[in-house]
Amino acid sequence: MAAKAARDLSNVASVIELRSVNKWFGQFHVLSDINLDVKEGEKIVICGPSGSGKSTLIRCINRLEEHQAGDIIVDGVTLSNDVKNIEAIRREVGMVFQSFNLFPHLTILDNLTLAPIWVKKTPKKEAEEIAMSLLNRVRIPEQALKYPGQLSGGQQQRVAIARALCMRPKIMLFDEPTSALDPEMVKEVLDVMIELAREGMTMLCVTHEMGFARAVADRVIFMDRGEIVEQNEPEEFFANPQNERTKLFLGQILHH
Amino acid sequence: MSDDAVPVGERRQLAPPVDDSGALGWMRRHLFSSWSNGITTVVLVVAIGWILSNFLEWAVFTANLTAATGSECRGGGACWALIREKYRYIFFGSFPYEQHWRPLFAVIAMLAMLVLSADRRMWNWRLLVIWGVGSFVTFLLMFGQIHIPLSLFLFVALAVGGIGMNLRKAIANTGEMNTYRALAAVGLVGLVLRIVGILPAWSLAIAPLSYVETSLWGGIPVTMILATYGLAFAFPYGVLLALGRRSNLPLIKGLCVGFIELIRGVPLISLLIMASVMLPLFLPSGTTIDKFLRAQVAVILFAGAYIAEVIRGGLQSLPKGQFEAADAMGLSYPQKTLLIILPQALRVVIPPLINTFIGFFKDTSLVLIIGIFDFLNTANQALVDPNWAGFPGEVYLFAAFIYFIFCFSMSRYSKYLEVELNKGTRR
Repeated sequence: MAAKAARDLSNVASVIELRSVNKWFGQFHVLSDINLDVKEGEKIVICGPSGSGKSTLIRCINRLEEHQAGDIIVDGVTLSNDVKNIEAIRREVGMVFQSFNLFPHLTILDNLTLAPIWVKKTPKKEAEEIAMSLLNRVRIPEQALKYPGQLSGGQQQRVAIARALCMRPKIMLFDEPTSALDPEMVKEVLDVMIELAREGMTMLCVTHEMGFARAVADRVIFMDRGEIVEQNEPEEFFANPQNERTKLFLGQILHH
Repeated sequence: MSDDAVPVGERRQLAPPVDDSGALGWMRRHLFSSWSNGITTVVLVVAIGWILSNFLEWAVFTANLTAATGSECRGGGACWALIREKYRYIFFGSFPYEQHWRPLFAVIAMLAMLVLSADRRMWNWRLLVIWGVGSFVTFLLMFGQIHIPLSLFLFVALAVGGIGMNLRKAIANTGEMNTYRALAAVGLVGLVLRIVGILPAWSLAIAPLSYVETSLWGGIPVTMILATYGLAFAFPYGVLLALGRRSNLPLIKGLCVGFIELIRGVPLISLLIMASVMLPLFLPSGTTIDKFLRAQVAVILFAGAYIAEVIRGGLQSLPKGQFEAADAMGLSYPQKTLLIILPQALRVVIPPLINTFIGFFKDTSLVLIIGIFDFLNTANQALVDPNWAGFPGEVYLFAAFIYFIFCFSMSRYSKYLEVELNKGTRR
């Protein structure tokens, strides 16, 4: 772990840049002046109290939410209202949701091959081969022909990860991927995510799994009231939080 | 239990208790479980028995099937002889009598078309073929002659070419793409030339039978055509309205909301009367649109608004996450709508949708207001004959029975669809 923490990312190119990003929900200032650089291969864990804007932040990156001021540049493309631009970015960015959001009317295999076939125009056979190899990677190839409703929560979330990976994304966004899971299923999902991290994927994870943050994160970001309050390497972040709000938050989630 | 000694975790799994009380036991539990329950059962059985025996007495045991005129029927039970005498008129209306085989086969063609499209395995390009062939046969039989104008051929060429160019862009080879381009070009150039007037108003005449105009159509084919094509067009139209109503574009949303509210705010009858009486006043003199076609369009517009609201319910029932997941994958709006949203939304609304369909099947009978002879209207007309005056019950019961067969089939189909489409997806 020490080796990981020492990894020098200063010479690596940025794949995501946020410049003075602001967003409001009505009168509520949900993101206030966010600046963030994500390097290629970097793993970032974002934590913070509920309503702090962390989910909104990563949802702005693939335009599920629209920001109102500032620039977001993903893989060299500046996000704008241009639909072509948005679709281009979404092809490069995979997303995993808290509530899985698998398509219940399609089999697991069809869930995985849908985007490659329709968005990337991959031939069906090839898409199915890719899908099966990914299902192997998340260790549930035997579920390929079932429907999402027949799988456990942990299995569904692993399918959701495989589905996002099917598009061969450069960046993966995780929006509280383990929050909706029964406790005994959290580990199987985290294991898959850790494996993915070790393979060098660029990852932004909104999560409160601090064990996961310690194991793979290059940087932990703490958000509160729409601001990035503090960010640091995980060792430093957990051992020596600087800001009072960070200390309070860590005290609340680590008190057991 | 003897298993008490077995430690927790190693007990054997027991089968649920079996109900072995038999028919008497079932009756005791469900029909006579208490004094009040028992009395209710007895009263209801006696009441049902009394009504049923009276009805059977009238409809079967004392019924007259053979009478030659109405006066012979009087005094006894049901006069089914009237139906025997008039059924050809009730079914086919004023269609030339010796040509009745034509509406008969038209009805058979439509039934075949509907039964085939009910099968889920046909829900692909086959559906287009089934409806193309079925509709062609139906209208050829009903009209006797069909003139296909040149502009229709050109339009089809343009449509096929255009759709092919867009949908098969990534998959088709050069030869196939060139075919689409050629089709689209021929269609477009031809249409422009036709509109400018350089190409003549030529049409392909298919005329194997004598021409029968729509004012002579009547009975079951009229009801079936109005309902089948009314709903077949109203359904996609309603889907578009429902999607439009949820659009982010204010103009499209406003138009859809306005249309839906306007149509829902007036009775179908007033819409039919407008289509029949008022519309011709606005048309330039000399142009006429067939009355049957006008009624058909009114039914489509009306049904579309109702179907749109039913489908909107389905769209709203989908969790936001489904839209977001589709967006996050990079699916375009049409892909998201056709592959993710509609398949789920329509599944949810099958019961209310078929409910609307059944309602509209029966509402087509309102066209009698503007003098179109649908099935109920021809049944009505059968009562006018002075030789057979005085037996409305028999005729309306017969009409009700035919309507019931159609509506009950739709209801059962709804049930089948629900089960079929939810296979495997149920938790």
